[in-house]
Amino acid sequence: MKRGPLLLVFAILAVAGCQREERDTRPQSALGSGDQPAAVTALEPGGQRPASSDTKAGVFEANAFHLSEGKRLFNWFNCSGCHANGGGGMGPALMDQKWLYGSSIESIHATIRDGRPNGMPSFRDKIPDDQIWELAAFVRALSGNAPKSAAPSRDDDMMPHPSENRLPDAATLGKSP
Amino acid sequence: MLLLAGCSGWQSALDPKGPAAGELAWLIWFFTALCTVVWLLVMAVLIVPLARRPAPVGDPLVLDAAAERSKMRIVVAALAATALILVGLTLLSYFANRTLAAIGSDAVLTIRVTGHQWWWEVRYENDQPNRILTTANEIHIPAGEPVRLVVASTDVIHSFWVPNLSGKLDLIPGHENVLDLKADKPGVYRGQCAEFCGAQHANMSTFIIAEPRPVFDAWLNDQLRPAAAPVSAEAKTGHDLFLKRPCVMCHKIGGTIAGGTVAPNLTHIASRQTLAAGTLAMSRGNLAAWIADPQGIKPGAHMPVVGLNGDELNAIVAYLEGLK
Ligand code: HEC
Ligand code: HEC
Ligand SMILES: [Cu+2]
Repeated sequence: MKRGPLLLVFAILAVAGCQREERDTRPQSALGSGDQPAAVTALEPGGQRPASSDTKAGVFEANAFHLSEGKRLFNWFNCSGCHANGGGGMGPALMDQKWLYGSSIESIHATIRDGRPNGMPSFRDKIPDDQIWELAAFVRALSGNAPKSAAPSRDDDMMPHPSENRLPDAATLGKSP
Repeated sequence: MLLLAGCSGWQSALDPKGPAAGELAWLIWFFTALCTVVWLLVMAVLIVPLARRPAPVGDPLVLDAAAERSKMRIVVAALAATALILVGLTLLSYFANRTLAAIGSDAVLTIRVTGHQWWWEVRYENDQPNRILTTANEIHIPAGEPVRLVVASTDVIHSFWVPNLSGKLDLIPGHENVLDLKADKPGVYRGQCAEFCGAQHANMSTFIIAEPRPVFDAWLNDQLRPAAAPVSAEAKTGHDLFLKRPCVMCHKIGGTIAGGTVAPNLTHIASRQTLAAGTLAMSRGNLAAWIADPQGIKPGAHMPVVGLNGDELNAIVAYLEGLK
């Protein structure tokens, strides 16, 4: 007879398991302005760019849906052509701990949007702002800088390296904690 | 009966419009009829003794040899009939498969159909590279002639199924399957992705448009031309905007620098009857609605909302509308 309440508690706990991450496929309003905000500072090789106050970073950074969208776009927009799945080619490797222009998602967003002087093209106006955030979040996942629970766990085609949720965190790799 | 009435006509395997579908429809009817007869017989054998008054129970140890033998014969006969029917049905479907495989042996046309979440890429193969045509979602074929579809996928498994013309076949990433079909008469046959493939699986339909040979040839030659140049000033603005904005990253428009291959080819978009894999009918209003808010119409589709103001949207629509 005492099992009744216990079962109820388990049932309620089980229902909590149905919670699913929201897939916000339309984060910006449908008919926004076509312009993206201008860059806030001059380029600053080697330095950390001042974090812009964009609240979007937090929305995109730990969200499994946005990370996997970023992964798809990384190939669709041929980032792989120069960055070879993150390992580096004509462009620098993105899965190591070296950052030429800062490791924060805001810096990476700025890199993709405005380009960088030594050959990184600017994708301003060519990629909608939300998709740039998705790409930036994914670039961070390439070096293990995304929660394991959110990083993509599989490739749709060739596996050039372990899936992002199994990649070691480049920042602590080979160093004692 | 009412349920079955829903199976006639538009997208139905029971209303075959080609030899492959005809063969399959015949199989469906024959299997259903035979299984119904067997089921009725089994039910009768079960129900009749139940309904009869039970015979008085005698001494269980006393066996009537003659009665036992006749029972044994009945069981053996039923077993033999079962085996016979199963082997018969197996042979029938085997020969039906052979017929299906033979349809495309003299195929005149090879079309590569590639599944994407959630649309179909359609490529007409040709030995001359300048006569290879890439389009999307609508597959024109010459009526009365067998065609060969080579199907594959770029992301997850999809399944190609146009019930009036053929059985379904899976589109598998990294593996090519071959589906041969023929439409006996000109017509528009609707098809649907038949393997769950994600959020917009339900909005992934396709159309096979069978036309008489001369009409088909004219269509093919028309589609092989580069996109029409914009005429009005508004369309000209739209053309420039298309090339300046994200559209150019994903879509191809033949004759312009837009060369994206990850989304439907838009070179002759206005000549199609539907938009976004059968989700909307083709019209100026629907084009504008789709470009303004693809995520409202097909949530999760891989076309993002591109921020455009009203004038920009109108200009792009004016341009696309002219791409007949
Ligand atoms: C034409 C080749 C090319 C393409 C395409 C390209 N990149 Fe780059 N990328 C570069 C080069 C070269 C650099 C180094 C720039 C420098 O040192 O000034 C770079 C730098 C970067 C950096 C900065 C790395 C750091 O250490 O700070 C990021 C992040 C990046 N690219 C991401 C992307 C993404 C995302 C895409 C796809 C949208 C992309 N790139 C497409 C060539 C390319
Ligand atoms: C990130 C890639 C991407 C961008 C950028 C993009 N599209 Fe698309 N577009 C797609 C995809 C993918 C589809 C197919 C969607 C579906 O049916 O599920 C599509 C479908 C369409 C269709 C319907 C095509 C058909 O055959 O029915 C039109 C028209 C279209 N896009 C126009 C545009 C315009 C105009 C722009 C620029 C404002 C644009 N697209 C930007 C990826 C993109
Ligand atoms: Cu599907």
